Amino acid sequence: MATVTLKPTKVPELMLEGYSITPDAFAGKTPAQIAALPAHEGKIHVTLGDFFEVSGNAGATAAETDIVIAGDCTRVKYIGSKMTAGTVKVNGNADMYVGGWMKGGKIHITGNVDSFCGMQMQGGEILIDGNAQNYVGCAYRGDWRGMKGGTIRIKGSAGNDIGTFMLGGTIIIEKDTFIHVSTHAEGGTVILKGDVEGRVGGQMVKGTIYVFGTIKFMMPGFKKVDRVELEVDGTKATFDHYIGDLGERHPKSKGKEIFADLYVKA
Amino acid sequence: MTKTITDVVCPFCGTLCDDIEVIVSDDGKKLIEVDNACVIGTEKFLHSQSSDRITRPRMHQEDGSWKEISYDEAVEYTAQMLAKAKKPLMFGWSSTNCEAQSVGNEIAEMSRACCDNTAATCHGTSLIAIQDVGLPSCTLGEIKNRADRIIFWGCNPAHAHPRHMSRYSIFPRGFFTGKGQMSRKLIVVDPRVTDTAKMADIHLQVEQGQDYELLDALRVAFKGEWLPDVVAGIPSEKIREAADVLKSGRFGIIFFGMGVTQSLGKNHNIDEAIAVTKDLNEYTKFSIMPMRGHYNVTGSGEVFAWQFGFPYAVDLTRGFARYNPGDTSTIDLLTRGEIDAMLTIGSDPGAHFPISAVKPIANMPSVCIDPHLTPTSGVSKLHVPVAFNGVETGGNCYRMDNVPIDCRKVVEPPEGMLTDEEFLIKVRDRLKQLKGAA
Ligand code: SF4
Repeated sequence: MATVTLKPTKVPELMLEGYSITPDAFAGKTPAQIAALPAHEGKIHVTLGDFFEVSGNAGATAAETDIVIAGDCTRVKYIGSKMTAGTVKVNGNADMYVGGWMKGGKIHITGNVDSFCGMQMQGGEILIDGNAQNYVGCAYRGDWRGMKGGTIRIKGSAGNDIGTFMLGGTIIIEKDTFIHVSTHAEGGTVILKGDVEGRVGGQMVKGTIYVFGTIKFMMPGFKKVDRVELEVDGTKATFDHYIGDLGERHPKSKGKEIFADLYVKA
Repeated sequence: MTKTITDVVCPFCGTLCDDIEVIVSDDGKKLIEVDNACVIGTEKFLHSQSSDRITRPRMHQEDGSWKEISYDEAVEYTAQMLAKAKKPLMFGWSSTNCEAQSVGNEIAEMSRACCDNTAATCHGTSLIAIQDVGLPSCTLGEIKNRADRIIFWGCNPAHAHPRHMSRYSIFPRGFFTGKGQMSRKLIVVDPRVTDTAKMADIHLQVEQGQDYELLDALRVAFKGEWLPDVVAGIPSEKIREAADVLKSGRFGIIFFGMGVTQSLGKNHNIDEAIAVTKDLNEYTKFSIMPMRGHYNVTGSGEVFAWQFGFPYAVDLTRGFARYNPGDTSTIDLLTRGEIDAMLTIGSDPGAHFPISAVKPIANMPSVCIDPHLTPTSGVSKLHVPVAFNGVETGGNCYRMDNVPIDCRKVVEPPEGMLTDEEFLIKVRDRLKQLKGAA
């Protein structure tokens, strides 16, 4: 594995669209070539070299390339978006669209991220040590096919719209979450380790949600059916099992309606 | 002698009443009286006649005073600002005509701007929901003639759209609704006892921020499934009663307003309300319609969608249209410090945005095109007064049900004043020259 290090040298005046910061774009390039990769600040064409000092070496392929950003990226969007392999690590915060449309590889942000982290994700792993804003693992606007695969783990808290239109993959929020979890979902798993305000599983067709904390406002469309012992993300506990959203359409399998499952720790 | 002009269109709210009568002086320069319009509509017409009206562009000076400049100088400042900015924002558009909006879009494309309209703070969330799940809608004429189940959800037309109920939704005797109000059942969903709620057959006094839960409960009730005893502060029997009233109608309509589009959950509330409409079509005919506020905010969405493919919050900075409210929407752009110049037209963000979004406007090159003196014109570097749309110039507008209606010019603007469209055309032509030179 070869590591490329980017050291921030300048804070963008507006936001920087850093869509080239992926192992796929860096693979097979020299530091000078990487510094010449395109980026945008508003309508102005800039290069990565305008904002970062590039050192180290990229691997021959994305899978052999590790990127380390040695500093804060609070004003940089699209880090690791659309990547297929390799790793990206940011020692600090990152802005919107971290790992958006990602297909493979690993992203690790040691600080916080803004909204749309893991949007439309298909595979790979995202680990955020801090908090995430809204739209973690959500669908792009207007698309009814959201996150399909991969894992997003937020060690802190998250805002609203977690896993909207989700079809597959796993999202874990270790602290509290605000509202709208798995809205419109037709698959996938969301694990909430903390408390959540409400709107958990609204309009949900299929898929699974585990809640370790409390749900302040339960959706009226979820009905308790039984109580079960489960091991979830390494923890064994007893959960109340609900099915829903009873107001939503549901597919049938072998003559039986399939509902979404919601497990709330008893 | 005076002249009476009939069938004038009121350029105030999204009801776009087209039966106004205006009496003007013989020379067509003074507007004397307005008939048929409601109080706010009348006020809008008469406001154009005020004697202290600003008639020439003004530049904010360092010491806070204003200096009068010519329209040509104003055109130069605006074109230079848009050409130089890294990421300009062109916001507003809801109180101007479609012709001006279209010229604005040409300018936006040339200057690679972000463009957005006042849906940003009202029905933009509805547009997101419509894109997610579609919108079974109809025209106001159909409602007048057919609807016997009316829901007002999170809106108060008695005050915000005063003639809506008399012209379309409650009182008129239509083809299949010959008994007027008697043929209709009215359900109002509002946490407050508004003047509209006082007229309702059923008032569902939903707890603040629980609209989504109530809508979900209605869907469960349609299916006859299990419900908790109380949802959103309302007993389940009352929810089932409302569900039965809705199912038993021949033609129903949900009108919704900012009480649901801007409260907790925003687009999801509308998404679920559309799902309720869809469900009801299993039993009867049902439609849903946003109560649009500004008289031509609907038109702005139409023109954006026609020319750029998205109805608001369009970002052209990369040379193609991108759309993602939360990132490309005005308040987010302003509060996140993502733009470096702002043009406002036909709206007043200074009065309606949070202060954290207004402050940046004062600190960047900015132009406000507006016939009125507003908080926005007050914080902008350049204020360009223009003729009143729908009073001193005509042009195309869209009613809240997406029906295009041509507004009419009833009086002349003050000597030498430009319209929105005329000013924007000058800016566009100057921008073309600047781009050619570059
Ligand atoms: S209801 Fe609206 S459009 Fe009709 S007169 Fe009043 S303000 Fe004008």
